[in-house]
Amino acid sequence: MLLAETQVAQHIAFGVIAAIVVGGALLVVTTNNVVRAALYLVAVLAGVGASFLLLGAEFVGITQILVYIGAIVVLFLFGIMLTRAPIGSELRLTGRGWPAGLAVAIAIAGVLGYALIDQFGNDKLPPGSQQYTAQVSDSIFSTYLVPFEVVSVLLLAALVGAIVLARKE
Amino acid sequence: MLINEFLLLGAALFAIGVYGVLARRNGVMVLMSIELILNAVNINLVAFGALHQDVVGQVFALFVITVAAAEVGVGLAIVLLLYRNRQSIDLDEVDSMSG
Repeated sequence: MLLAETQVAQHIAFGVIAAIVVGGALLVVTTNNVVRAALYLVAVLAGVGASFLLLGAEFVGITQILVYIGAIVVLFLFGIMLTRAPIGSELRLTGRGWPAGLAVAIAIAGVLGYALIDQFGNDKLPPGSQQYTAQVSDSIFSTYLVPFEVVSVLLLAALVGAIVLARKE
Repeated sequence: MLINEFLLLGAALFAIGVYGVLARRNGVMVLMSIELILNAVNINLVAFGALHQDVVGQVFALFVITVAAAEVGVGLAIVLLLYRNRQSIDLDEVDSMSG
């Protein structure tokens, strides 16, 4: 009884999250205002973070909020300000090639959707499929220690590279 | 929960991101669309991790988030440089290398 109620609640939560994510993403790629696009992006990223929580991936969900909404969206806003985008609507945001882009996107969605429904049909996630943060950290600091160090060097290189690129001569 | 709910959400987000990359002509907007694509990948990684009861999916999603942060930093520096040299971030005008 309790399990069934939890499942119904999960389905409702997922429906709300999916509507926010897909609707926000559509607004990000169609709106004519750069600053609003950044704010819609916040809604999409928060929805994706919530879906991580729904999958039982608490650490990834919190990292999503911290890194994406806390840092990357602020970077985007700085980029918008520094390139002096007008704060009203801009008519020239979408290029001439948009019908081709739409055709490619629909083709990708069709192929992916068909393949997923064909392959996974009604496969269910195992109940209680929570993987705890301790397991994630054990995995990162034992099996994936070398990739972890490589990623930190990559971050340092990107930091130095961004400063070198953006520095005034 | 069905695994397909999450996978189809990821597929929809991926397709929308691809449309944004192809259709947008503002450099910052193209970078935002790339973020949508990377988020779709992360949903898939975490969903498959939950399906196979394996923690590797989450570890890879964390790596993707890190690489995305580095990518946005460098990408915005490039867009800034483009603006400084051409007073515009319209990608349709960046065609000096087209034959």
